Amino acid sequence: MDTFSLAFFVLAFLIVASAIFVVSSKNIFHSAIFLILALSGVAGLFVMLHAYFLAAAQVLIYVGAISVLMIFAVMLTSRIADKEIRHTNEQVGIGLLISGGLLAVILYSLYNTPFTISDQPIAEGAGMTLGRLLLTKFVLPFEVVSVLLLAALIGAIIIARRDTKTGDSVPPRPIPLPKSLQQAKGESES
Amino acid sequence: MLELGGIVEAVGEMISSVMGSLGFGSGMITLMQLLTAALAVISFAAVLTLFLVWMERKVSARFQMRVGPYRVGWQGTIQTVADAVKLLQKEDITPVNVDRAIYFWAPVVTFVAAVAVYVTMPFGEGLIVRDLNIGILYIIAITTFTVIGLLMAGWSSNNKYSLLGGFRSAAQVVSYEVPLAIAILGVVMLTETLSMLEIVHQQSKFYQWHVWRQPLGFIVFWIAGTAEVNRTPFDLPEADSELVAGFVTEYSGMKFAMFFLAEFVNMFTLSAVATTLYFGGWNGPLLPSWAWFMIKAMAGVFVLMWFRWTYPRLRVDQLMGFAWKFLLPLAFLNLILTGLGIHFF
Amino acid sequence: MTVGLPHFLALSAIVFCIGVYGMLTRRNAVGVLMSIELMFNAVNITLVAFAHYITPQDVTGQVVAVFTIAVAAAEATVALAIVLLIYQHHKGIDVDNVNIMKW
Repeated sequence: MDTFSLAFFVLAFLIVASAIFVVSSKNIFHSAIFLILALSGVAGLFVMLHAYFLAAAQVLIYVGAISVLMIFAVMLTSRIADKEIRHTNEQVGIGLLISGGLLAVILYSLYNTPFTISDQPIAEGAGMTLGRLLLTKFVLPFEVVSVLLLAALIGAIIIARRDTKTGDSVPPRPIPLPKSLQQAKGESES
Repeated sequence: MLELGGIVEAVGEMISSVMGSLGFGSGMITLMQLLTAALAVISFAAVLTLFLVWMERKVSARFQMRVGPYRVGWQGTIQTVADAVKLLQKEDITPVNVDRAIYFWAPVVTFVAAVAVYVTMPFGEGLIVRDLNIGILYIIAITTFTVIGLLMAGWSSNNKYSLLGGFRSAAQVVSYEVPLAIAILGVVMLTETLSMLEIVHQQSKFYQWHVWRQPLGFIVFWIAGTAEVNRTPFDLPEADSELVAGFVTEYSGMKFAMFFLAEFVNMFTLSAVATTLYFGGWNGPLLPSWAWFMIKAMAGVFVLMWFRWTYPRLRVDQLMGFAWKFLLPLAFLNLILTGLGIHFF
Repeated sequence: MTVGLPHFLALSAIVFCIGVYGMLTRRNAVGVLMSIELMFNAVNITLVAFAHYITPQDVTGQVVAVFTIAVAAAEATVALAIVLLIYQHHKGIDVDNVNIMKW
């Protein structure tokens, strides 16, 4: 077995094993750490596929930003002591069925699709080509994505913002029930 | 003359010829060469830390009109070796209610992230493990693993001071990474490459140093970098008057030593990256290239130590405001000025 | 056996389905988000593998992967802000208990 295949199988094992831990670990913090491992494995796959720039971007954004954000959320919403909580809902059976069925369908279609593998040499300096494409052919999606990021930034701030006076989050009022239900509730109370 | 690049090449050739005669494939030989290089880098990091700790103590002593370590060895040079031996002999305590696996791996992640940066650091002519074509981006990406290590340490210790320290460090590092990366972008715009080696080659003359064309960018880089490596005035994650020792509160013995090592290695990394990006890397007259690199990098480290004894620590609320409301706009301004400069000159 | 495009696609499919399973069964809202990130990554593997094997001279697949990463970042930010808000209201982030919009 050549080095490329060996590297692929090692990485594939790493990614699949940590992905399974992500969805099955009882401790949500452990899930986050395994998620980081899986994402780093994917970055390794990108290196194998000569997408060096993308590999670095993957590590920078997923590991450095998104995972840190996830860990922050975990730290703010759970304590090290509460590990024994049930972590799956009642849909384990149906979830297995759906994901297993989906996997079977994808693998079946994969098996029956002929792919035309190109024998051209791989383009060098992919980072530069990437930048050029982003600012020429894909300039519109590029701009749209930047607007999306700005919207997400402002949206996140507005959602999580705290009132400076009371220290509460700004929309602290409970979401009002619909009229009909409110009446029903009022009647049962009185 | 006294260039180390030749020795490195000779060792690499020796490995390939020995392993070639034993019938290994080229992939295994490359792997072996990289492992040797990794070993060299790790031992360099260890020796470097010993030196930097001694330097830190000497410099701080001088700033306070003291003498500093003096007894062990000439001017106390072997003092840190004695300290390291003491640290390794200490009992490695694991508190009862920690999350064991994560508690164990946190220092490892931090240390590996700190050392892995040196893969693409040009220490001198021919003294580079691998010149990656995404060089500087790789360095920025790998350093983000440090945050993960600190968060792991903070959370797994099951101690409120550790947790607060972990929180603070993560928030700080993530925030200051943004102006840091954008300041570096200014240099990348000038050089039109991300490769560290290429960046060094482009500043072979004194007047070609990027610091002359990127003064604003360098200032932003240096301030953000100081925050990134948790040095005073940005050492809030381990502010001892508020948080005991932050995320390292529960650590002892070997694991503590690894955090310590990572911290000093990161400090040198910041200085080395600044040397490469802004101060011409290993270019210089007379002396061999690696000596120039070390001189420039050590000067940077000295400035960091100087900061420590000059500025008081920031408050937490000032810290975030400074990054987002002051440094980031400055970094953007630098980017715009660089773009205009490239367009008009 | 040499590793080629089908291997990468199969790996991607497996990771995607693990993500689907996690999204359906996790009770913790952050866990659901992690599963979604896994699915994003599976798609990215596919895009980059196609770019590498089918159009090696043209990196369009990688460009789309860059967009995926950006969208994932935006999604994670807003979603985690919502998670924190849910935590403040319900004193927990169990998605099964957040059924207030189910009327």
